[in-house]
Amino acid sequence: MSLIPYTRVKIARGNERPTGIDYIKHIFKGFIEFHGDRRYSDDHAVVGGIARLAGNPVTVIAIEKGRTAKERTYRNFGAAHPEGYRKALRLMKQAEKFGRPVICFVDTSGAYCGIGAEERGQGQAIAENLMEMSTLCVPVISILIGEGGSGGALALAASDRVWMLQNAVYSVISPEGCASILWKDAAKAETAAARLKLTAEDAKNLGVIERILSENDIGKKEFYDRIGTLLTEELNELSNDLDLVGKRYERFRRIGADVVDKEQL
Amino acid sequence: MAFINFLKPKNQLEEGGRTAALIQRDEGEPEKKCPNCHKDIPLSRLWANRLVCPCGYHFRMKARQRIQMLADKGSFQELYAEMKAGNPLNFPGYKEKVENVRAATGEKEGVVCGTMKIGKQECCLFAMEPYFMMGSMGSVVGEKITLLFEYAAQNRMPVIGFAVSGGARMQEGLLSLMQMAKTSAAVKRHSDAGLLYIAVLTDPTTGGVTASFAMEADIILAEPAATVGFAGARVIEQTTRKSLPKGFQKSEFVLEHGFIDAIVARTNQRKFLAELLKMHNGG
Repeated sequence: MSLIPYTRVKIARGNERPTGIDYIKHIFKGFIEFHGDRRYSDDHAVVGGIARLAGNPVTVIAIEKGRTAKERTYRNFGAAHPEGYRKALRLMKQAEKFGRPVICFVDTSGAYCGIGAEERGQGQAIAENLMEMSTLCVPVISILIGEGGSGGALALAASDRVWMLQNAVYSVISPEGCASILWKDAAKAETAAARLKLTAEDAKNLGVIERILSENDIGKKEFYDRIGTLLTEELNELSNDLDLVGKRYERFRRIGADVVDKEQL
Repeated sequence: MAFINFLKPKNQLEEGGRTAALIQRDEGEPEKKCPNCHKDIPLSRLWANRLVCPCGYHFRMKARQRIQMLADKGSFQELYAEMKAGNPLNFPGYKEKVENVRAATGEKEGVVCGTMKIGKQECCLFAMEPYFMMGSMGSVVGEKITLLFEYAAQNRMPVIGFAVSGGARMQEGLLSLMQMAKTSAAVKRHSDAGLLYIAVLTDPTTGGVTASFAMEADIILAEPAATVGFAGARVIEQTTRKSLPKGFQKSEFVLEHGFIDAIVARTNQRKFLAELLKMHNGG
């Protein structure tokens, strides 16, 4: 089955899809939520805390879009402010201190575009996450479950492993944004979506992600169990890696390094 | 508020520039209109004052002009000059666009890297090129900056970086996005080695560059009235349907909110940077 990329975008944005909290609830046991960035406030678009995976403590962080209109407003439609990224980083540092792996669920159209977000350093918050995650001494796995919108998604995905659901999308810019910049016409989003190479298959071909997760049984018990098992296995492997940070560096280091010489214009 | 500050000369160079601008000029000399004070300024005068209008407005400056302005004579040695972008996503029209920009600018890509001396102080330098697709970051920009930080870490050298960028280059899609993580990791390694990185944010520094290496320096400077932000002002206005505060995303505004260390006029940068390098180099 091959869907055009823009159909994937619509599915990824779909209202009926499981959201971050669903994954936390069904994959882990005994989730305890921790709030706040210890700087300014608690961002409801980012949910984080500790839980057990196969009996072991892990730190879990999710961008939550909410499903009902009321939830969506409360979660700011999954568009995090700087405080959301700073909360995530605080929890990652806490995980590092106590030797817990980190698992992130990413689902955002992008970091919030607003006056307060700019005043409180949206760019700086994302930059700091990218910098600090690059040397975090515990394994980090990120799963893109819906929309992976640019820097706002990457700020929770500078990880050892990045996986995507089959119909999730990951892009440097929204297809609408790309279309309005290139052709001054947001209606050409369908064309832009195809050109941006934003599907899970594209991301895998580009070496940006390691694994695509099937959505055949999305939302069912088997679906969450399967992801839980994959996470457990992968974390076992990563936890035994003595060169975790070095390999994480190489993971990003090689991206774009090869296209430079190979395809001269 | 920001523009009123311009009226007061902040240093002798600016003062000199202002007095000098009053001198009678030759008939028919080419001039440029200043978007701030709306006066026509003779080009020769602008050049002599490092593309800063007597009113304080900083005109856009090419990467190589900056290097020429900063480097001790003959000290700049370019690195990775041959590196060119491909069209990794086969994005229609990208190849032609890049070829046109290359022909127009004489640059192969959106950043110039190398080593140089400022006031006898050795350092690595990158200067992004505003006329090359507005300094957008694709694979080559990310790769060159990463290589420079790796080189600087290996040779235990400080890095000075001039940022100007519209953000990640969308024609290279996810590969552009990943350059944010890649450059950030390289900055972190350089930083963990105890080495100095000074960023100078120039107009405009936005998007994925703000959200990566531009905001990761030990010392972050900016030129006066430069736009510094993450999201575009128009996008914010459309999203929030609120009118933006005065001076929003200008460097003075960003300074006020605590995200940059100092605003340094271009006419003062060479001295300022040399002194910073010296102070981190055992005095």
